[in-house]
Amino acid sequence: MGTEAADDLALIRRAVEAEGLPILPEYEAGVLANLVIARRMAALVLDFELPDAAEPAPVFDPREAAR
Amino acid sequence: MTDWTSRSAGAIAAAVKAGEITARSVVEAHLAAVAARNGTLNAFTDILAERALARADAIDRMRAGGAPLPPLAGVPFAAKNLYDIAGLATHAGSRINRDLPPAEADSPLIQRLEAAGAILIGATNMTEYAYGFTSDNAHDGPARNPHDTARTTGGSSSGTAAAVAGGLATFGLGSDTNGSIRVPAAFCGLFGLKPTYGALSRAGSFPFVSSLDHLGPLARTAADCALAFDAMAGPDTADPMCARSKPAPVVPELAKGLAGIRIARAAGHYAQNGMPDVLAAVSVAADRLGATDEVVFPEAHRARAAAFVITMVEGAALHRGRLKARAADFDPEVRDRLIAGAILPGAWVMQAQRFRRWFLDQALGLFATHDVILAPAVPCVAPKIGERTFVLDGVELPVRAHLGVYTQPISFIGLPVMTVPLATAGLPIGVQLIAAPGREDLALRVAAAMESEGIARSGTAWIKPASDGIVKTRKN
Repeated sequence: MGTEAADDLALIRRAVEAEGLPILPEYEAGVLANLVIARRMAALVLDFELPDAAEPAPVFDPREAAR
Repeated sequence: MTDWTSRSAGAIAAAVKAGEITARSVVEAHLAAVAARNGTLNAFTDILAERALARADAIDRMRAGGAPLPPLAGVPFAAKNLYDIAGLATHAGSRINRDLPPAEADSPLIQRLEAAGAILIGATNMTEYAYGFTSDNAHDGPARNPHDTARTTGGSSSGTAAAVAGGLATFGLGSDTNGSIRVPAAFCGLFGLKPTYGALSRAGSFPFVSSLDHLGPLARTAADCALAFDAMAGPDTADPMCARSKPAPVVPELAKGLAGIRIARAAGHYAQNGMPDVLAAVSVAADRLGATDEVVFPEAHRARAAAFVITMVEGAALHRGRLKARAADFDPEVRDRLIAGAILPGAWVMQAQRFRRWFLDQALGLFATHDVILAPAVPCVAPKIGERTFVLDGVELPVRAHLGVYTQPISFIGLPVMTVPLATAGLPIGVQLIAAPGREDLALRVAAAMESEGIARSGTAWIKPASDGIVKTRKN
């Protein structure tokens, strides 16, 4: 295991524990793999510059937006 | 002798109305098909024979009494087991939900379909908690693709797709958060409608990601999707996001054909990221439709990424209590994604939500010049069950995560989409017909025209059972 993966695993153990969620040894490889994918996906979003006025759209009505 | 298990909903309802066949006989034919094939396809987790036959008899009594019959009279359908069905616990593909009390009532969409004469014959297998694009399920086993039972149906509406493509139900209900109607429809050679966000009530269904969840039908004809949509559409105060007015019926629109509809093909992200044979088939379909214009959903890859992040975090929040109490009872594939989602930074999600507004504005601009945008639905044909990676452009990619590469950007902003099965040789390939919000009619018109012109083709498929087709099914 590389340093980055070891660091990530340590992060996962601490963060999951802080959240009060279980993390058994058999969960760790799967959680790590998913964290790596999530980080890659998030980078695509975070790297994109949005105007400060860009409003979030957590719940929206696409028909309203289309008018 | 007519094989009623391969007929369309429209044809069955017409035959029942004309007295050519009884609703009971139609239901019995389907129950016989279920008895013969479900052991291999693993489409149904619950078979509602008694209930279905009782409702069929009620339809037959209506006809005998001279009462006018509703538009879906005697048509058997299936519902993904995240829909509430009176008397059954709503599994949502999980082990944990089996401990829930039985639902007290059918979900509103099932009620509306049965009010229109359709007959629910069972609840179908699905990916646990609707989280995944394959049919893998650690508790119920995988649903199998009727075109090749060694292959996945796609997910998460896996059992519904297997049931409809396998001739066990005339149409079925699925849910689509990131592509869970469109991916299985494409892999199983079916039409699938993911309506505009909010067009159909989600009340009485087990949720996943509220701002991305849609419900809709899968069928073997475009007209059957339209019939089901018309029967189900309309306001419902029990779903706070449901539209407040009933849309105009789409069935009467189908006969209008392609006249006046401006069709473009999606370029950029949608001309990459897929297997060459899939992209070539989509291109042929676009040519036959005369769709020479190209449009680009700007930053579609980021839209897909934003949907991915939102799904992980919202899903983790929804299942937090179950993760704390019963992590070991989850499907491991789902559990590990949810645990990872529980520890992602909040700023990631907020930025994804801000990006969503930007992307919606950009996408809506495309409909100023075109009415329907044609794009691939899936990057490949159905992978083999258990296949975890595939190679694209020399890069090894995870199957489970990559199958939504084309569907996720569209559900992210709630646009209506029809998935259409192309008339190609070999395993099914599907395309998406994407329209502006509220314009299901346009996507359905193009789908119906593709069908009548031979560009699209569906039907029942039944291939020899795989040698390892040992499955588990529960019956009520």
